[in-house]
Amino acid sequence: MSRKTILQKLALLADAAKYDASCASSGTVKRDSLATRGIGSTEGMGICHSYAPDGRCISLLKILLTNFCIYDCRFCINRASSNVERARFSPQEVVTLTLDFYKRNYIEGLFLSSGIIRSEDYTMEQLVEVARILREEHRFQGYIHLKTIAGADPALVALAGLYADRLSTNVELPTEAGLESFAPEKKPATIRKTMASVRVGADDAIEAAKSRLIGKAAPPRFAPAGQSTQMIVGADAARDDDILAAADNLYSGYHLRRVYYSAYSPIPDASSALPPVRPPLMREHRLYQADWLLRFYGFARSEIMEGASEGMLDLSIDPKLAWALMRREIFPVDINRAPRELLLRVPGLGTRAVERIVAVRRTGALRLGDLAKLTSSVKKLLPFIVTLDWRPGKLTDSADLRARFAPPAEQLALAL
Amino acid sequence: MLRTPGDFAEWRAVARGLLAGGIAPEDVNWRGAKEGASLFGGDEVHASAGTVSLPRELLEMADRVICHRDPQVPARLYRLVWRTARERQLLARTTDADVDWLRKTDKAIRRDIHKMHAFVRFRRLGEEGGRESFAAWFEPDHRILRLTAPFFQRRFTGMDWAIVTPDARAIWQAEILRYGDGGTKDEVPGSDVVEDQWRTYYGAIFNPARVKIAAMRAEMPKKYWHNLPEAQDIASLLAGAGARVERMRETAVSLANPQTDKWRTRVIDDLALTDDIDTLADLARAIGGCTRCPLHCNATQAVTGEGPGAARIMLVGEQPGDREDLEGRPFVGPAGQLLNEVLEEAGLDRTSVFLTNAVKHFKFEPRGKRRLHQNPTTGEIDSCRWWLDKERALVQPDLIVTLGGSALRGVTGKSASITSMRGTVHELAGGTKLIATIHPSFLLRLPDHDRAAEERTAFVADLARARKLAA
Repeated sequence: MSRKTILQKLALLADAAKYDASCASSGTVKRDSLATRGIGSTEGMGICHSYAPDGRCISLLKILLTNFCIYDCRFCINRASSNVERARFSPQEVVTLTLDFYKRNYIEGLFLSSGIIRSEDYTMEQLVEVARILREEHRFQGYIHLKTIAGADPALVALAGLYADRLSTNVELPTEAGLESFAPEKKPATIRKTMASVRVGADDAIEAAKSRLIGKAAPPRFAPAGQSTQMIVGADAARDDDILAAADNLYSGYHLRRVYYSAYSPIPDASSALPPVRPPLMREHRLYQADWLLRFYGFARSEIMEGASEGMLDLSIDPKLAWALMRREIFPVDINRAPRELLLRVPGLGTRAVERIVAVRRTGALRLGDLAKLTSSVKKLLPFIVTLDWRPGKLTDSADLRARFAPPAEQLALAL
Repeated sequence: MLRTPGDFAEWRAVARGLLAGGIAPEDVNWRGAKEGASLFGGDEVHASAGTVSLPRELLEMADRVICHRDPQVPARLYRLVWRTARERQLLARTTDADVDWLRKTDKAIRRDIHKMHAFVRFRRLGEEGGRESFAAWFEPDHRILRLTAPFFQRRFTGMDWAIVTPDARAIWQAEILRYGDGGTKDEVPGSDVVEDQWRTYYGAIFNPARVKIAAMRAEMPKKYWHNLPEAQDIASLLAGAGARVERMRETAVSLANPQTDKWRTRVIDDLALTDDIDTLADLARAIGGCTRCPLHCNATQAVTGEGPGAARIMLVGEQPGDREDLEGRPFVGPAGQLLNEVLEEAGLDRTSVFLTNAVKHFKFEPRGKRRLHQNPTTGEIDSCRWWLDKERALVQPDLIVTLGGSALRGVTGKSASITSMRGTVHELAGGTKLIATIHPSFLLRLPDHDRAAEERTAFVADLARARKLAA
């Protein structure tokens, strides 16, 4: 086998990494290189340095250390039985690439994942080694996201937490049955145990920081940007309800910062069990909306599912609107009087708009014209709200209300 | 008259003077230096002794908004300052036309700053004495270089760099930040050695099956493309996307590569639920694979009993809690901490007793970021008794202490009340003695302090009796 150039490896190992939806570099501590005189900073908010023609942001150098893999997960292009061309970076090569890109302001940092080679522990050691070189030898202060390998020794996970801003362990498929038939080597229990060890590491670090003696240096932070995971949507038979139930469990059990939903997209050289179709991007979008309702809008999963049918979210309208149409007795809501929790349930009002409404109404009652300055979609609000100069009358209960919002039926485009 | 457009210090000095002099906004004619002499005959108004304090938020916004290219900005900002000085709550009234303008203009500036942080592309000039130097050309919409340079300073402390814009330049060299005049694009190298790698990465990370051009252009407007090395590949990537997806469809199904089978050295090690469980270690392994009831689906792991195999006393709790579920050990959460204290008071050494639970998996209801404990049903307790019985058979304790009602059910198979069982020593089939008491989490839930203290004393007494009985 001839040795591949860096450029060839980069092409292969970035291509292999593009199926992981995670790209964010937000939510970590603020750090800079002024004191260390090295390179790198994190500003709390991540920066998207570029956008690919698929509309996704490019914030991190997202690559695999290697696409060799001893596992045979059917949805994965890197599964052992795949005919894909293989390559492997050395830790030093990844470090050089990261620094070269970072110094030119192409990226916020590194998102490193890997196929599983030799063993879970060996693979995890290699990932940690890249982060260690960056942090210790190059005083790199930028963002690092490491994939934790499910089943790796908790001591390695603990070490990873000291170097990385974020750790993630992918669950891939939301149900036990799905995982069993598509990823025979992956065990849900192993994945959950690894997530648990990340949470324990984070909890212990917080506890240690709280109980430190005055004057002693703060103990090291453990993965300050928290942990995340990814679920693939549309590869198996799991319904949206199953997916959200899994997400709900993960948020509560392991304090995940994010669950990423990734529409299954056809991979070259796929296994025969998979649908060679267009990725269900709208379904992915609706799941993200539902996820936000869970985390920021005070909705319970069962409420979101009121607007769904047979466990699947409505694809033509967003989940909050779908819920509101089923619960019209709650509407219209008085913009000038309703508590924040109720305002958050009005279709078309986001968390920021609600904050602004609550702040502004202390200075005087709001009219429709005022709302136009606070949100972008007053028209969408009309059936659901009351202001000084607006009452929806029969509009709220009108039979064709759904039709006002649902996009007109269109002829299906030929499949891409 | 303002000499330098976008200079906040200068505007502030002038505005402060005007404000102190009580000069109304409609009586001021703000002009830039290039627009000729002002109506005041070119004299600057000097700051007088009187000071007016303004909300910090307004000053912070003014500091940004002054960088906007709209020539009306100094005048409109002064009007806001003038009005705010008379109407303290003005800024909160976001529906006011002036405030609305201020916030929108500020948003435009912040977006411009954000895009500059994102889209500056450095090109390497060389290296001297171990310190690399880089340069970038950038064309922001507004005069924001002053607002963005500190970001690059924080991020790229360890290298020298210069950012050249049409209005001004910022130079970080030998750890000193300087500003200079604007420049031209040809002062910066036209390419960089790693640009090929970057473009390769850009092409490879793009998924041709999910083209979304509008989403890309919303965040990365075309006006930035000519300075982004990767953007020159967008057209060809899009042109080739359809064909790439088509190729995937054609080769969608393939046969497994026999060569790669050799990597799959892993033998799937399924836990056998054997009936020849001879040691506690065997038992732990077997419980780890338990699927006798649906609780295993959501719990992290089964929590097996812990303690010496020859322990005389076995303590049985209800089920693992949140922390026990995460760590895989019994009694390590808040109830476990309390149990430790009470055991010590009762003169029992935790390491000498065998601690376990009636149910091995955590039962909970997700609620936001918390998992609310749920009581196990009798059905769940009964199906888990299979494991508890095995633990009892292996440890063979002289005495079992049941903590709470679920534990009592788990050990006896009957739903007797603790109150009726407490205080006396019972004998189980086979001669093992039984003491029934409360679960420590009961104490944690009692709101009444006196009652909690009373219950705690009784709990200690129960455990002390257990110690004496087993001695």
